[in-house]
Amino acid sequence: MKKLTQKMEFKPFCVLIAIILICGIISGGDFFKITIVDGHLYGRLIDILRNGSRYAILAAGMTMALGTGGTDISVGSVMAISGAIACSIVDGRILAGLNGNVALAVLIAILTGAVCGAWNGFMVAKLKVQPMVATMILLTAGRGIAQLIADGKIVTITSDAYYKISGGYFLGLPIPMYIAIGVIVLFLLLTKCTAFGMQVESIGVNPESSRLAGIKVERNLWIIYILCGMTAALAGIIESAGIKGADCNNCGLMIEMDGILAVAIGGTALSGGRFSIISSVIGALIVQTITTTIYAFGVAPELTRVAKAVIVIIVCLLQSKPFMDKFKSLFPKNTAKEVQA
Amino acid sequence: MNKKKKSIKIENISMIIAFCLFVIMFIVGSIKYDHFGTVSTFLNLFNDNAYLIVVAVGITFVLLTGGIDISVSSVVAFTCVLSAYLLQRGWSAVIVIPIVLAIGLLNGFCVGYCVQVFKIQPFIITLASQFLLRGMCAVVSTVSIPIENGFYKAAALKKITFKIGRTNAKLYLYVFLALLVVLVAYYVLKYTRFGRTIYAIGSNEQSAEYMGLNVKWVKIGAYMICSFCAALGGIIFSFYTLAGYSLQNMGMELDAIASAVIGGTLLSGGVGNVFGSVIGVLIQGIIQTIVTYQNLNAWWTKVTVAALLCLFIVMQRLISIRADKQKGKG
Repeated sequence: MKKLTQKMEFKPFCVLIAIILICGIISGGDFFKITIVDGHLYGRLIDILRNGSRYAILAAGMTMALGTGGTDISVGSVMAISGAIACSIVDGRILAGLNGNVALAVLIAILTGAVCGAWNGFMVAKLKVQPMVATMILLTAGRGIAQLIADGKIVTITSDAYYKISGGYFLGLPIPMYIAIGVIVLFLLLTKCTAFGMQVESIGVNPESSRLAGIKVERNLWIIYILCGMTAALAGIIESAGIKGADCNNCGLMIEMDGILAVAIGGTALSGGRFSIISSVIGALIVQTITTTIYAFGVAPELTRVAKAVIVIIVCLLQSKPFMDKFKSLFPKNTAKEVQA
Repeated sequence: MNKKKKSIKIENISMIIAFCLFVIMFIVGSIKYDHFGTVSTFLNLFNDNAYLIVVAVGITFVLLTGGIDISVSSVVAFTCVLSAYLLQRGWSAVIVIPIVLAIGLLNGFCVGYCVQVFKIQPFIITLASQFLLRGMCAVVSTVSIPIENGFYKAAALKKITFKIGRTNAKLYLYVFLALLVVLVAYYVLKYTRFGRTIYAIGSNEQSAEYMGLNVKWVKIGAYMICSFCAALGGIIFSFYTLAGYSLQNMGMELDAIASAVIGGTLLSGGVGNVFGSVIGVLIQGIIQTIVTYQNLNAWWTKVTVAALLCLFIVMQRLISIRADKQKGKG
């Protein structure tokens, strides 16, 4: 039991369950209602799984970037670019030779994401620019590039196969969920079954000593930012399939905050070091639950941003050691108990 | 000592290149377009970017300490929305302006305190305050509020006109406020204990502390100045637009950071000055003017600025890598 509670995933998981339970109680059970329509499951919980999968995919990539002590705030723009490319190909506007082949469109869009990630990787690993500033360049330029690809318009498409990426069902559950699970499993295999995960943590703790210990810091940073770009591209494809078109101005706008929020709630230290992808995925589901709840209860959507910001600040303060020390010194009794324990 | 000489050089190279770039762009623009090469165009750069100059000066303080503040755009937006809202309720400008400036200072203090005392990464905490303030804007009002206040209108419209040749050039009064901020900031950074401590912290925080400098409060002060300047920039921006809207100035923090970087401020801290930042703002202004003259889509400005920022960052890195290597040899 003690082993279970000490796991990094334990706390966020409890929070998720608690939030869902509270939502359920406030809504008087409506929240849990799952009905079957046309052989698919419908309900708030399913909605959370479907919409949350985008965040979960993003958070998986973001966790690694934050784990190295870096960050990637260009994800929203990469989403816009990949959405624009995928939709333009499906629509036949660019690369008409592919005849709007959905599979190829998705593949090319993900590759574009990898190229964007490689650019970030080049700036961070090779030129050693601070990750935040390096990715900020793509954050601003990216949306312009997406506009260039989409020719300044909102590209709308009519392809049932493409819609299915977001709106489809398999065995009664939404397809984005399966995509998210696939990505997460791949990432878990990469970080748990190879030395890669440990190397990422080591870079996050101290890049210089990692280099001296023989870890190829540069190469690993490249890989991480490329993976981050690819996950963002995938999230962009799901989002564009959801709205049946590519809206370069709004696709993934300010989503980097949600990504960071998900990772922070999951308990990964934002200054680098120990990370857990599962925790971040749970964090992503928490973020989505909060968003869905706020919409469902008819609270003004503007408040979502305030609520999220407050949560990030609280989580940051809880992670900060000086703050906790100060906080504990206010309650001397508790400290004594903890020391005894 | 050696290093210090080197880094001053880096700063100057960057600033000189930026200045030359500005002159070249202005000349090219004058040759290419009619009515471009006039004093009026030049002065309009100040009229249109006065608020950005103030914000860029503020952010230079934080960048010099080696930190970053990406909440400035939200501070600007919140200042505009809140002052528009309060003025609409019939509050006097004499009360509203101190209130919004105080909010700016308070935001800066909270951010600075979190960064310095609680050791939260500046980027994360300012991202959070960016969201908080942007959300608060929407809480105050989601629609654009016009400003009808007499004082604001007067401040917005009072201008000095010059007659040069056959063209009329004008300079709005609020531009002088922006220029005053630049001069004060220059004086503070160059000739006061506070300013020198900021450079010391940026070069090496630990040694600044060992030297007995008051690192904690100077650093918090830098964030407060940055946020205060953003609030002041917000007031100037509300003179400029005479309205408050919750979604205005999205992504302006990049413009401000880009201005500072183009003007030679090192993102790692310790090197740079406010005049460079002003040149950076002017370069962006001229890019925008050219984009308008060329009748291109507005996002071309963003792409060009981002490309330029990238170029300057790469240049900075190459110069400092070379400087490090030479130091290693010596």
